[in-house]
Parts: sequence; C-alpha cells; structure tokens
Amino acid sequence: MSEAKKYPAPVTNPETAAFWDAAKQGKFMIKRCTACGEAHYFPRSICPFCYSDKTVWEEASGEGTIYTWSLMRKSPTGPYAIGYVTLKEGPSVQTNFVDCDLEKLKIGQKVKVVFKPTDGAPLPFFTPA
Amino acid sequence: MTIKGKAYIAGIYEHPTRHAPDKSTAQLHAEVAKGAIEDAGISKDDVDGYFCAGDAPGGAWPMVDYLGLNTKKLRHVDSTETGGCSYIIHLGHAAEAIAAGKCSIALITLAGKPRTGVMPPRAAGAEADFESAYGATTHNAYGMCAMRHMHDYGTTSEQLAWIKVAASHHAQYNPHAMLKDVVTVEDVLNSPMISDPLHRMDCCVVSDGGGALIVTTPEIAKSLKKPLVKLIGHGEAMKGPRGGKDLDLTYSAGIWSGPRAFEEAGITPKDIKYASIYDSFTITVLMQLEDLGFCKKGEGGKFVADGNLISGVGKLPFNTDGGGLCSNHPVNRGGMTKIIEAVRQLRGEAHPKVQVKNCDLAIAHGTGGLLGVRHAASTAILERV
Repeated sequence: MSEAKKYPAPVTNPETAAFWDAAKQGKFMIKRCTACGEAHYFPRSICPFCYSDKTVWEEASGEGTIYTWSLMRKSPTGPYAIGYVTLKEGPSVQTNFVDCDLEKLKIGQKVKVVFKPTDGAPLPFFTPA
Repeated sequence: MTIKGKAYIAGIYEHPTRHAPDKSTAQLHAEVAKGAIEDAGISKDDVDGYFCAGDAPGGAWPMVDYLGLNTKKLRHVDSTETGGCSYIIHLGHAAEAIAAGKCSIALITLAGKPRTGVMPPRAAGAEADFESAYGATTHNAYGMCAMRHMHDYGTTSEQLAWIKVAASHHAQYNPHAMLKDVVTVEDVLNSPMISDPLHRMDCCVVSDGGGALIVTTPEIAKSLKKPLVKLIGHGEAMKGPRGGKDLDLTYSAGIWSGPRAFEEAGITPKDIKYASIYDSFTITVLMQLEDLGFCKKGEGGKFVADGNLISGVGKLPFNTDGGGLCSNHPVNRGGMTKIIEAVRQLRGEAHPKVQVKNCDLAIAHGTGGLLGVRHAASTAILERV
C-alpha cells in the first residue's frame, strides 16, 4: 500500500496551537480539566463538561482501542479506513487507521498513535499496537 | 405552552424532477413554492412567514426577493440550518410562530441539484483541524454506526437489507421514483460494498428536486378545500461526540426529539399508523425506529425483518413513496419529502397500492448531518382531523 497520500495542513488557531506545536515533537496531547478531572478531545479552553476554564494540556499515552471503523472502499485518493479510538485516558477520537491491512481491523483491537507529515504540523493517525 | 393543534399543513408539493440540468436552484425553489401555494389554494401574496435552510441560494433575503413574496405582509423568517431535518424543524418553528401570532401562513421550501453538480461546501466548524483530514463522508459515518450496532446488538446485513426491500416494494408504484424495481435481500447483499458494512443498496439515491409546505392557522386551514392535517407534537435535538466522553454511536438525537414529540402529542408509538423515517441509509431507519420507541434499543433488526415495514404486509408501513432509498433525496436532504408523504397518507392521497387504511396518525422524522459524527434530529407527529 502506498502512503503517498497528501494530508491537508492544520490551519491552527490560538486555542489549539499548543496541540500542533507538541505534534511536531511527536507528542499527542489532550486537554484535562483540573476542576472536574475529566479529559476531553479535541482540545478546548473551556471544559465542555463543567465549563471551568481550568483546563491544562496533558501528554496522552497514544494508546487506545478501536471503538468502531468503516472501510471506504473507493475514493479519489484510494481506500481508507475511518474510525474512532477510545484512548486509555478516556476520550474517543476520530481518526484514520494506517500502515496495516485495512480489511482486518476489529472493534476492541489495540492501537497506537502515529504521526503523518503535512505541509504544516503533522497529523495523528492510529495503527495496530 | 404547546403547539399541539395550533398549526395545520394546508399545502404540499414535491417536485417530480429527479434530474434538472436545465433549471437553476432558485427556479426549483420557485417551482415548489408555486406548487405548494396552489395545492393549498392560497395566493403567494398571502404568505407572511418564510422558512428555508442552507440549500436556498444566498439565504432568506435573496430568496424572499427572488420568490416575489409580499414584503409588505411578510413578518417572520427563519433560516435554521440543520441539514436534512431542517424542514421538520421549520415545521415546528412555523407552528411556534403561528401559535405566538407572529405569522399566519408560512411557506417552507427546499430545492437543489446534487445530481447535476457539486454541492457547495459547508463552513468549517471548530473541529475542522481535528477531523476533516480523516475524510468522514455520509457513507463511512453511517458505516461506523452500523459497524458498532452490529457489534453491540448482533444486527445483521440481512436485517438492514429488509429496509431497502420494503422501500422498493413501495417505489414500484411511484411513477417518479428513480429506482422502481422490487429488490430482494440477496440483491442488497450482493450489491458492491461501499463503506463497511454498508452495501450500495443500503445507500439512498442522489437526486435533484425539492419540495415545499404551506403551514397555517386552524381557522385558515378550515377555510381551504384540502383535507385537514394538523401538527400535534414536535421535537428537536442535537448530538455529537461531546469531547469524546462515553462515545455511543448506536443511538441518535432521535432518542430525545422523539419522546418530546410524543409527549406533546399525548400519544405513543403504538398509536402511529404510518411512519416517514429518514432513510439516508438503511442503518439510519433502524436506529431511528429504536430511538423513537417503535422497538427496544438493539431490537431494530428483528423489527424491520420479514417485511414488517411494507404497507399492507407489516405492522409499521414506512416511506410509502419509496423514500430516499428508491424515490428521491433532493439536495441530499430527506426531511421535506418525509413530511410530504406523511401528509399524503393522512389525506388519503397516497398511491392506492400503498395507502394505509384509516390513517389518522402519522410521524415524520429525520436527522441532519452525520449520525456517526454530529447531527440534529427532528420529529413531527401529524393527525388527520
């Protein structure tokens, strides 16, 4: 499988810039609220659960399990598998599965984060652990 | 405060076209507006409320001007945009406006040409950098829901196929339907896989077209000649991954919009004689039937199997025009045609082969956006007077 697929560079904004700066160092960040203790993704400055502004960046393990997936059989850039991964830290994140046999994905399967380059900051994807 | 019985659907029109390369999108809006106004037996100059969504070129004020609505009289506009269910939400909002005395004759239009050309892109949300690169489309977003529903509840592709089979049984009687051939469960399973586990025949058609409604006061409706159809319950809701906490793609916002509508109407799913259920994909129907309470969560597969949705055969006749799976899906938005076929059923104007006997209570339910990502839902309960 060729991995020549070109991904769009994140636009980024002041609220999320730290996420993309960390991605350039190979770190996968989530946000955690120090008021209610909940982690969330994608990152927001105001906690979506308790509305506290006491949210802090936390480096996630990058490990999780497949919640669901679907293999798009045809597209202008070839087949791809979209899905959600439930991170060890709790939040579920939307992603694509890469560098594996896309027809053998399974709900519950262990996966880990892997970054792919763009013209800007790299994007997080997941691959079987 | 309730909208129960405060508003009647006095005019309906579904554009017969399924492919309109020689018409403009605004023109299709005008044609459906004219159709609904004539069906109601009113004048366009009587319209004092206008409702449209993201498919209306330029939004509300260019459309009001283009349509030649009476701006001395027009006193209420609403351009709520919630994808395919926008028009079911508009119906509820029109009833609210009528109940509050803000308008008395509301026009709702939908039209567009996704089959002819590319649809304009939606403005990016706050999630864009974290999601857009992953290529969520309707096919795979609903595929993700179906995959998880199968995992959690043992739902099968055969069960999903029954939904398409039922729609095809109805579509054979609709001269305007894009797909008129009756299909079997095997046909669906043998059609190409599009996005696992959804086959091509689990997916709706892509069509040009549109539709429109006239919603009015009980007094005005009673002065017109059409059979009386009143709105007795309405609900709307939204759902998304919400920070990724407790993600559950096996239910939709219909789990909230449905009970709100049933409570307002004072009836239960058992009372419903006919159901218009948005069928962007077979899984959409299955999840909505569960969420609306026609069966328990996880039992949708059993509920739809063996022709239970076929008019004259099963317990819950659905989408008797052939729905999005077989008839049309104007602007990739199914909410409008769901209301129109429900009104036809209540008026006794459905095709005789699919007309439900003594149809006095119907539901029109839709979703908008992507069930597998973030979406809206809206439910309307209608009664023949």
